[in-house]
Amino acid sequence: MTEAPVTTAAPSPESLMPGVAVPDTRAGYSGVVVPADRLLDFARALRDQHGYDYLSSVTGVDYFPENNLEVVYHAYRTSGGPGLVFKTQLPREDPVAPSLFPIYPGVEFQEREAWDLLGIRFSGHPDLRRILMWEGFAGHPLRKDWREAYFEEENKPFKNRWPEGNVYRIEDKVPFEDNLVYPPDFDPESWTPETDAALYAGLAKVENPGGNGHAMDTDTLVVNLGPQHPSTHGVFRVVLSLDGETIVDLKPVMGYLHRNHEKIGERNTFLMNMPFTDRLDYFCSMGNNFGYALAVEKLMNIKPPERAEYIRVIMAELTRIVNHLATIGFLLNDLGAFFTPIIYAFGERELILDVFEAVSGSRMMCNYFRFGGLARDLPPGVLDTIRDLVTERLPRRIDEIDAYLTNNEIVRTRSIGVGVLTRDRAIALSAAGPVLRASGVAYDVRRAEPYGIYDRFDFDVVTRTGGDIYDRYLVRLDEMRQSLRILQQAVRDIPEGPIQTGKAQYQVRVPAGESYGRVENPKGELGFYIISTGKPNPWRYHVRAPSFINLTALGEMCRGYKVADVVATLGSIDIVLGEVDR
Amino acid sequence: MYGLGIIRGLGVTLKHFLATYVDDLRWFFQRIAGGGGRYYNPEALKARQGAKARGIFTVQYPEEKLPVPEEFRFIPFLIYDTDAAGVQHDRCTSCGICAKVCPPQCIWIVRSNDPATGRPIPEPTEFFIDIDICMNCGLCAEYCPFDAIKMDHNYELASFERMSHHIFNKERLSQPASYYASIRPRNNAAEEAARAAKEAAKEAAKEARAESA
Repeated sequence: MTEAPVTTAAPSPESLMPGVAVPDTRAGYSGVVVPADRLLDFARALRDQHGYDYLSSVTGVDYFPENNLEVVYHAYRTSGGPGLVFKTQLPREDPVAPSLFPIYPGVEFQEREAWDLLGIRFSGHPDLRRILMWEGFAGHPLRKDWREAYFEEENKPFKNRWPEGNVYRIEDKVPFEDNLVYPPDFDPESWTPETDAALYAGLAKVENPGGNGHAMDTDTLVVNLGPQHPSTHGVFRVVLSLDGETIVDLKPVMGYLHRNHEKIGERNTFLMNMPFTDRLDYFCSMGNNFGYALAVEKLMNIKPPERAEYIRVIMAELTRIVNHLATIGFLLNDLGAFFTPIIYAFGERELILDVFEAVSGSRMMCNYFRFGGLARDLPPGVLDTIRDLVTERLPRRIDEIDAYLTNNEIVRTRSIGVGVLTRDRAIALSAAGPVLRASGVAYDVRRAEPYGIYDRFDFDVVTRTGGDIYDRYLVRLDEMRQSLRILQQAVRDIPEGPIQTGKAQYQVRVPAGESYGRVENPKGELGFYIISTGKPNPWRYHVRAPSFINLTALGEMCRGYKVADVVATLGSIDIVLGEVDR
Repeated sequence: MYGLGIIRGLGVTLKHFLATYVDDLRWFFQRIAGGGGRYYNPEALKARQGAKARGIFTVQYPEEKLPVPEEFRFIPFLIYDTDAAGVQHDRCTSCGICAKVCPPQCIWIVRSNDPATGRPIPEPTEFFIDIDICMNCGLCAEYCPFDAIKMDHNYELASFERMSHHIFNKERLSQPASYYASIRPRNNAAEEAARAAKEAAKEAAKEARAESA
């Protein structure tokens, strides 16, 4: 446990690199614009001279009418404090930006995502392939002129629902097997599927086959783990190259659950996105609501009333306990303790989900937060239930899980010293949440850049220094105890009062501009990057998904360990495929 | 001693195992004394699922069902009022806010004009919800200014045919106001009070106008 990080003053945008970094002067925007050819120099100076060692998010924006594409970066200091946004502008035809991989290796997957969805090419990227769509997919779906199958209109609400009222089933209009359009030069009869040749070629091989000192000659063996595998927490695939049982290299393959959440989000109105955020990390829908509400509230420049702030914190911390209980249970499943720990964990989770159901109407898809408040106040009696849970039952049960697992010799043997991620690499690879803190970095958004009313609560940022699976387990266990501390303070101090600022509106007016709202979700930093043009729909809606970005470090954690450790390491990262694939 | 951690851990499992039987015995003696047993007994179900529960959590679905909280939401329905003559009036005025706020756009509203006067009829001619698309978010119920569309509690809607059975029309969606009052008594009471207050304010304003005229 460490003290609050010391924050030093952030440099003003003008002083960063005069002549190169130009302050972004568009109304509602912040940060600096850097020309693409000086981007690497700028990023290096940012990291080495100004201390912005943590590049949180990379994404792109398609400014279709202006005919340019913009790459947007969000950098932070692990010592805390506000971040810095920098951008580079590229032409819409053949946009090429230098890859920041040499400086911030954590951009690897995010740059691949920007290439996949927006068609921005990153020169110098070690493995620039599509990541969510498949190789051979035509087009880049987040471009504004790209239209999906079943396209109806650019923006919701659709006219034929009301006032026209022409009911139809989309399946009747576009029947199954007739619902796709092939590119003109494409013949499905003569087509042979794209192979994974590029993927396999990118894997590191055994360096010296036949002569590596083993008694027997060995060769590289490539093994596919998944996508249908009981231990990958969903439809997720890992490609391993092996030297015997030892992992030489590893690459995750994802996107099997991809639904282009961001494109859907850009068709939706601002309010419509709220229930969609529930479906990202479906274990933590309250936390997702929180992040999205913050991002839009920043643009609208409103704040929820006091009581709503307290309820938000209560819900977010209960979500953290739900998630960490489930993660610990599933980790034990992955270690071979088949289902007893997870059932104990789920028993407690049920009680918290009962609370969510009573306040929001749904156990998992809560849709409870609104811009400037909440959907409704706590029903009578719920606060007493929460009080019972956080003062009596949950502390006892968390201690029980501690007694049950922490000193178990099998757990210790399987997890201590396995899947190690060092402090420096954790920062460089943009790891977040318990993964980062188990590697000894006391970085927690609740403390580093407090949002809501987190600055009022007394809690510790839990850290461990080993960076292995066992430490990640311990960090989660202790974080649940810290969450209970916050909850106990919140249920003690919660005031009476309104839960909504202004009148609840179904069409909110969001001024033009950009905003980045981030919260410390149980899995790590969840960020929403939103651009509004003043219309009812967001122009850009990007999700910085913590479990997706934490997977960047999976290869690093697994190299040199055995195949069986991959499953345990993956369990200790804590991924949810709804959020990874979006 | 190596292995002590495992043995201690197994003690937790043993405690869970025994707690189930202890709890069973408690309910067993209650049943002998003439009370309900551990299963098929609403009182026991509440204790089993509460914050002070011991033993296992399981519910014997479908014989036993968890009670749903008032705010529980599943598929919207439309409310109609029945007047003194027994005629049904939809509360819906076809204003279209629910169709406009619906995130997956699963609501279609058909309006029509009165053939005699040519003026639009407030009550919708037809009202469709494609329940395969509905995501149960509850925004339609939340933003309806007339309390005409509300979220249901009935979650057992499985059917054998999705093509025709899963587009609910107005007839299938409509429920009497008394049904709404039965599933959401607290919300209903609050809304009725708000409506009564609004009516009273309107009446007062009318009277004030009449007096001043």
